[in-house]
Amino acid sequence: MPPEDVPPKDPTPEFAAPTDIAPLGRGAEKPAHERTAAEDRDVANWGAIATDPDFRSLLRAKAKFIVPVTVFFIVYYFALPILVGWFPEMMSVPVLGEANMAYLFALSQFFMAWIVALFYVIAAAGWDRRAAAVLRKFQTS
Amino acid sequence: MIFPILFAQAAPTAPAAPGNTALVMFLAFVAATLVITYFSARKSTGSSAYFAAGRRITGWQNGLAVAGDYMSAASFLGIAGMIAFNGYDGFMYSVGFLVAYLTVLLIVAEPLRNAGKYTMADVLAYRLKPRPVRAAASLSTLTVSIFYMIAQMVGAGTLVRQLLPGVSYELAVVGVGILMVIYVVFGGMLATTWVQIIKAVLLMSGSILLSILVMKQFDFSLAKFFASLTAITSTAPDGTTVTRNFLTPGLVFTNPWDQISLGMALVLGTAGLPHILIRFYTVPDAKTARSSVVWAMIIIGLFYIMTTFFGFGAASLLGPDYLKEHGGTNMAAPELARVLGGELFFAFISAVAFATILAVVAGLTISASTSFAHDFFTNVIHHGREHRPGEEVRVARITAFVVGALSILIAIVLGPTVNVAFLVGLAFAVAASANLPVIIFSIFWRRFNTTGAVSGLAVGLISSIVLIAVSPDFMKDNPWFPLKNPAIVSIPLGFLAAVIGTLLKREPEAERMFTELEVRANTGLGAEKATEH
Repeated sequence: MPPEDVPPKDPTPEFAAPTDIAPLGRGAEKPAHERTAAEDRDVANWGAIATDPDFRSLLRAKAKFIVPVTVFFIVYYFALPILVGWFPEMMSVPVLGEANMAYLFALSQFFMAWIVALFYVIAAAGWDRRAAAVLRKFQTS
Repeated sequence: MIFPILFAQAAPTAPAAPGNTALVMFLAFVAATLVITYFSARKSTGSSAYFAAGRRITGWQNGLAVAGDYMSAASFLGIAGMIAFNGYDGFMYSVGFLVAYLTVLLIVAEPLRNAGKYTMADVLAYRLKPRPVRAAASLSTLTVSIFYMIAQMVGAGTLVRQLLPGVSYELAVVGVGILMVIYVVFGGMLATTWVQIIKAVLLMSGSILLSILVMKQFDFSLAKFFASLTAITSTAPDGTTVTRNFLTPGLVFTNPWDQISLGMALVLGTAGLPHILIRFYTVPDAKTARSSVVWAMIIIGLFYIMTTFFGFGAASLLGPDYLKEHGGTNMAAPELARVLGGELFFAFISAVAFATILAVVAGLTISASTSFAHDFFTNVIHHGREHRPGEEVRVARITAFVVGALSILIAIVLGPTVNVAFLVGLAFAVAASANLPVIIFSIFWRRFNTTGAVSGLAVGLISSIVLIAVSPDFMKDNPWFPLKNPAIVSIPLGFLAAVIGTLLKREPEAERMFTELEVRANTGLGAEKATEH
């Protein structure tokens, strides 16, 4: 433990709560998450996983989905205040019975959000499998 | 002179029975939540149990709890009232609340769950210098939580006074404050979660029942329902009678820039709201975090679509003039329930509104106290180590008590007449301008560093507060800033400050640690696990 972590004249006891799954005390061994990079080296070879071609292609696949979809829903959402704000006459035209463009477009936002979420969940299930495959590769070797 | 006024308030104009029925339902809800708190308190030993409910909440449970944490009384009563008085423009307000969850789902929820422990700052502290970053993130979390909470408390006070004639503003504020402190201090995250789940179920049942009763009046025909909205008659402020088509946009919102700025605050702010983000630490893994967002989106979407029925329904069946005489904007949904379903249903809807407030304030209290105890006390002051066992939880409990007492005090000092809309706007604007840029950059940008995080948080926070202070809500005549919500300016400022701060300095350690964060965030390797039974 590096000396600057522990004040030299600190009289407090050196243990953590026994019920704590992630004890923070100075005496107990720290859980994986609490370790600094230097202490955590042997838990996983982060650098090797990060440069693994399968891992890189997983990240590319995620970006290829998330970036265009995010741009799409932001454009679709802000089209509502823009159209309603600057073209109120056009949006007030009744389309289905008395329901007008403005209402139907606002309503369509809900379905847009649900459909985007559905596509995301389907895509993410594939990413889960690929991430698990990457981790398996590093566990056996 | 004061005594007769008090007396006049205490003597209800409505029959005494509804108040009593509502009171019985309030008390039934309170009793149920206290029983839950008692059982949670027996389980809440250890930090992970107290702060994250042992990470054992399932996907649908957390989805309901996220929805319960998010749908405030402002949504339920406020949006219904806005639609009832001004038609379409109120409904447009509903849309942003759901679309906001796409940002949460696509960008924030899973990396946050994989790389964090209890708070949003955990993810930042991972690769940046922990102490300055945590101090800044904790400050912005506390700002968001406390402003939002004061708005909820003032709303609770005015609301309970209207729903339960005879209960004063002060009594209502103190009551809500004491209950939220009990939930959070004794029951921790587990009790808070269950309060939110029960509230979400109650709110959804109330909204579905109310929507069915409205559509029954129109023989369940959407065509008849929409036809009734084209000519709503009301009395204008100058005394003349006007007939308006309530489906027409632009009846109240005259400046489109206001709507765009508000939309930005909603869509980008939700993913930075600390009380929503901490909910993702209560589930076992990132996959469950994902499914809980989807559950939340289904519930939140259905709820906001139903505002069509009870908002427009109140306009069409009761009319703005009737509502103005019976309690005003906030009472549109309860009054509609009274007319369509009788006193018992009115009492139920009132109890639902009360449950709604309690669940939201409990969520805000635990997010404020978690951030103070975990980020500020343990990690900034004590350099990341507990000096005594169980210290972090003890500090969080004390913080919850102090936060509760403070917000009771501030809500009473401000009084029932203060305009609280700007406080909610401010909470979302700070979340969007300060929290979101640094969360996104620390997950996705290798070059990002401590200077960038601290300057992004500081500029986002300060610019939101300053722009609100010079907005039309504060400066009535000739405001320096023309929009009610600062997001359209403060969000770009927050991002810009984070970028400039980053480019000023290089931090090789932060860039090296990005490799590890990237693997953790995308694979879940080394993520916090659920506790064993």
